[in-house]
Amino acid sequence: MSQKRHILPGFRTSLGWTVTWLSLIVLIPLAALIGKTASGGWLHFWQTVTDPQVVASYRVSFGISLIAALLNGIFGFLAAWIFARYEFRGRLLLEAATDLPFALPTAVAGIALTALYSPNEWFGKLLLPFGIRIAFTPIGVLIAMTFIGFPFVVRTLQPVISELSADLEEAAACLGASRWQTLRRVVLPPLLPALLTGVIMAYGRAVGEYGSIVFISGNIPYKTEITPLMIFSKLEQYDYTGAAAIGFVMLAASLLIVLLGNSLQSWGNRFRKSS
Amino acid sequence: MASFIDFRNPPGSDRRADDWIRANSEPIWVRRVLIGILLLFFILFLGMPLLVIFQGALAMGVQTFLTTFTDDNILHSVQITLLVALIAVPSNAAFGVAAAWAVTRYRFTGRALLLALIDLPLWVSPVIGGLIYVLIYGRRGYLGPWLQEHDIRIIFALPGVIMATTFVTFPFVARSLIPLMQAQGCEEEEAALTLGASGFQILRRITLPKIRWGFFYGVILCNARAMGEFGAVSVVSAKVSGMTNTMPLEIERLYNDYLFASAFAVASALSMLALITLVLKSIAEWANERQLVAGQKVLLEATINTTQIHPAA
Repeated sequence: MSQKRHILPGFRTSLGWTVTWLSLIVLIPLAALIGKTASGGWLHFWQTVTDPQVVASYRVSFGISLIAALLNGIFGFLAAWIFARYEFRGRLLLEAATDLPFALPTAVAGIALTALYSPNEWFGKLLLPFGIRIAFTPIGVLIAMTFIGFPFVVRTLQPVISELSADLEEAAACLGASRWQTLRRVVLPPLLPALLTGVIMAYGRAVGEYGSIVFISGNIPYKTEITPLMIFSKLEQYDYTGAAAIGFVMLAASLLIVLLGNSLQSWGNRFRKSS
Repeated sequence: MASFIDFRNPPGSDRRADDWIRANSEPIWVRRVLIGILLLFFILFLGMPLLVIFQGALAMGVQTFLTTFTDDNILHSVQITLLVALIAVPSNAAFGVAAAWAVTRYRFTGRALLLALIDLPLWVSPVIGGLIYVLIYGRRGYLGPWLQEHDIRIIFALPGVIMATTFVTFPFVARSLIPLMQAQGCEEEEAALTLGASGFQILRRITLPKIRWGFFYGVILCNARAMGEFGAVSVVSAKVSGMTNTMPLEIERLYNDYLFASAFAVASALSMLALITLVLKSIAEWANERQLVAGQKVLLEATINTTQIHPAA
């Protein structure tokens, strides 16, 4: 902390304000979460987080989100590729619409998706004759999770695709590679870190998501209940330490996901600089 | 339907140019099929939910739609939503400017940790954003007994809703300012300092005009999230209509009471907010890019001029 580097005034004021606000809103409350978890004791913690109903909710929140994140990887790649490479009428509109899942309140998305996929409405009615039910089944949860995670892959991948220079692809074509070979061997490898980062971000969002899922899932115990919902049921029983324990597990999981995403991103940045 | 314009292959170009295009792009039929798939995905996956909301809102006629917004409870939820945003957004905006200033203008130990902590609310479940305040201010929370003794209600009351909203919208302004201010650098600020400007003058006259589009962008997103937040506020709100229900919570209540037309009417109002947000966001992105490019051009010219004057440098 050499004095020389702080040329501009306001270091103390700005940092002081930042740290104070951060402590009041984020750090102290999170410390309370950890404190409450610890105050329940190890046994209570273990019993709470390994309760069969809670474990079933992990399968939904962590398992179905994974499928949703992979689906987002596929459709996100397609969208990012098209936005970066193709020019067509309405492209700007589609690009702006990509962020709709970010902008639309989750409760609104939740009731809209439920209305779309309920057995007696819109898509639900169309699919019912084939014996496919979406709302109030794990497929409904999958659809909601895919909906809210969609923008992440597009947003992380599109700038990287735009940065790719056409030279390499032309060189590959000159050397006799087919377009498919070029895509697989030349284009895809440098995009992989950004693609994985986007997928992991979508995964992290889907794991913690609540509002858009609770309506369409129907909250059937052991089947479509998500982990954040378990926190609600513990709080309703005034089991604060139990709620804190489940919150702690979710916090730790989110932390792991973010760390994974960040290390992938720095790997990708190194990749971009070296190429 | 021939609406696909290839900027690398303008109409009227000869066949040889067309052959060259194939080397770094897909054949035209592949492109059309891919765009078709994407269009279908957007319509079914993003368009239909929006359509369903507006259809549901107007299903019982315009009259019902309008009377929804004369209901006392719903009007009250609109007021609560506006009030919460009016407190949470400016406080997080002020925080965002301070944090971005501290993080981009100085190097200090713990800077990387600070950056990570600012991002944290984006990564945890919004339900945790409500839970943590219940654990402190709730009846069995750390401060619960003391608050009860003094008859102060925070959880299941307005302060709790405001705190939970502030938590989930915490990083938005800071996050949109930090990369921008990093890219802009602080040469102008330092120049102002040498000319005798005070810190506050620099902030008001130099920095704020420089970052205005990025700031606007962050505030827009922060506001959309603040007005639409559901998970965090449902933990701390009593969910009693006419008390601390925000619009998203009111949607849930109406929906669970099978008042679908009203639920979708309130939802359509929030959807309009989302659409306006998307438009403003696109404008801000475009303006920000233009400002940044213009700034870099000025900087580039300045560099060229300096190197011409002092070739050795």
